[in-house]
Amino acid sequence: MNTEIPSHGQPIDRFAAAISGEVYESVHSSSAIKSDKRQALLAGDYPNPKHLREIAGQIKQHTLESLDKYLPQAVESLERNGVRVHFAANGEEARQIIGSLLAARGAKKVVKSKSMATEEIHLNDYLAANGVDCIETDLGEFIVQIDGDHPSHIVTPIIHKNRRQIAKSFEKHGLGAYNDDPETITRRARKFMRDKYMSADAGITGANFVVAETGRLVLVTNEGNSRFSLAAPKLHIALVGIEKLVPSDRDLSVFLNLLVRSATGQQFTAYTEFISGPHASGQPSGPEEMHVVFLDNGRSDILAGDCREILRCIRCGACLNICPVYRQASGHAYRSVYPGPIGAVLSPLLAGEKFPSLADLPKASSLCGACNDACPVNIPIPDLLLRLRDKGKREHAPLASRGVPPMGGFAGLASQPALWKGALLAGHVMNYFPVEWVPVPPLSKWTAQRTLPEFRGGEFRKWWKQRRQR
Amino acid sequence: MATCLCDAFFDDVARATVEVLEYLGCEVEFPEGQTCCGQPAFNSGDWPAARKVLRHLVDTFKGGEPIIVPSGSCAAMLYHGSLLAFEHETDLPEVEKVGQRTWEVLDFIVSGLGVKQWEGACEKKMAFHSSCHLRGSNSAEAARLLLGSLRGAEILPFKEQEQCCGFGGTFSVSFPAISADMGLLKLQNIREVKPDLLVAADMSCLMHLRGLSEKQGNPVPVRHAIQVLRDALVAEGKLR
Ligand code: SF4
Repeated sequence: MNTEIPSHGQPIDRFAAAISGEVYESVHSSSAIKSDKRQALLAGDYPNPKHLREIAGQIKQHTLESLDKYLPQAVESLERNGVRVHFAANGEEARQIIGSLLAARGAKKVVKSKSMATEEIHLNDYLAANGVDCIETDLGEFIVQIDGDHPSHIVTPIIHKNRRQIAKSFEKHGLGAYNDDPETITRRARKFMRDKYMSADAGITGANFVVAETGRLVLVTNEGNSRFSLAAPKLHIALVGIEKLVPSDRDLSVFLNLLVRSATGQQFTAYTEFISGPHASGQPSGPEEMHVVFLDNGRSDILAGDCREILRCIRCGACLNICPVYRQASGHAYRSVYPGPIGAVLSPLLAGEKFPSLADLPKASSLCGACNDACPVNIPIPDLLLRLRDKGKREHAPLASRGVPPMGGFAGLASQPALWKGALLAGHVMNYFPVEWVPVPPLSKWTAQRTLPEFRGGEFRKWWKQRRQR
Repeated sequence: MATCLCDAFFDDVARATVEVLEYLGCEVEFPEGQTCCGQPAFNSGDWPAARKVLRHLVDTFKGGEPIIVPSGSCAAMLYHGSLLAFEHETDLPEVEKVGQRTWEVLDFIVSGLGVKQWEGACEKKMAFHSSCHLRGSNSAEAARLLLGSLRGAEILPFKEQEQCCGFGGTFSVSFPAISADMGLLKLQNIREVKPDLLVAADMSCLMHLRGLSEKQGNPVPVRHAIQVLRDALVAEGKLR
């Protein structure tokens, strides 16, 4: 993915200025509809949705802070269920583990259901380079794959495309003559997929949750593709971030209720799967061999830092949908696997040493707080963005300060009343001066599209004095 | 606290705040040494600079009286942002105390003073923009309650009401394209319902939205909620 630093201006702002009306329309309308549905459903179904979000946040936070207890417990439970467990410290290790598991069974054909963790480690590229034919089975991810594109949203990867564009790529890739009827598109994809499911050697999935107590793996989809991905193949590999744990089955009731409503504005997805291990005797089908690969890839470092709340994230995408900046800029502007508010925090943190190349992301927010209000696990995203801004400044990440007026002089003025009052008087020159012609930022950045109000520095103080004298 | 924006541009908002509070029987002080809440530096990630400004503020506002601010944004900086900026500092308790004394003015009138209804009239259709920094406080509700209780006043709902106007302080100059587009979208949604007046509890949002609309050559009339309340009292002959 392109993480180059453009030469001037904030990259996300430049990206937003350049996106087409078509992309803007797709992203804006779809995210606005989803946000409305989410809000209406939560408000209708629960007396106090905020309270529920707080509980969910506390359960997740507790799990994270006791990961040293829950992770070994999960391993034990999974193994008891006949699942083999692996740990990958980073993307490279995860790719190699998955690669060798596939090689051990001679698996050449893989069906994969949507997983952000596999996106994060760029698994598809790795598998393709190693001669494995891996097909994305989620319709959105499939379209991204055939187009050689990148997802621009964590739940609806093709939110930036409309159906005409999708119909065109189907036509181009030999999936039938142009037809932009959504049903036809889905039917064609299904037909294409069916053969792939039947002939696949392995199915790769992520997991929405892993229950420490029971070793249950939970997958939530609307297309049933994860179920089909595990129907014929003899090998199931699940790549799971270590933050996906929840303590017990009981906790799932809180999370499933919130996740689905927050993600798609539905009460329940069409398919919710609870996987308790490989194919057991007596079951008609299912993989003979099941592996869970726990992925760290920077997560334990995040856990040790002051932004650890971000690991509560259950990847619902509600913060993207509600975010006014995301709606203007769309997901690709964030130049990373995780876009929007969650991405603005998580991506620079996951980047580790490459933090400076993404240090601009936490700045791409008016700090309006809509994400915080939307988040089902109550992550204080604006606070975390602010902490990362502070970090960017302290570490002199160039993208952290670009385009932002320097604050040293301001602080000098604002901590010395005499200077401050002087500035209030001196500022009056603005009224007699064609400020709109001043080509110097930040003033020019303001006046390019907005007028400045009349400067009236000191007027209130004058009034106040006169009033006191009376 | 007048806020730096009112000190430099919107003196009438600070004045209206004083007049309304005095009308309600409060004794108002204006510590002359005051400047700003430090938010510009804080949001830019320059926390040492923000702390410098905040320390000055703590010094200026010694005492135990409530600190009233005609801005949800500055108020939130004092009761929330400042705590983040000082989380590892030894003088956090002093900053915390200032935060606990701070009220956004409309919230103070309704929740602090218990005033639930306003006297006077305002025969206008108003669009109330609920500024983002009112989230999590009672201010937006308080503003709607008071404005809505004016005789003849109508508060119009509009599309995507809870979305940010795009100002965001330094965000407006470091992300000028996104900021302006957010503002234009907000203006479009507001204009759709044809209000006589756009009202908010933060001059920063209004400065941005009016600035954009003037540049378009189609200015939207704007007013701070506290001005609307003061004007109603004046029209009623309760205030001179
Ligand atoms: S940060 Fe919260 S709102 Fe955003 S994707 Fe994660 S869980 Fe959903």
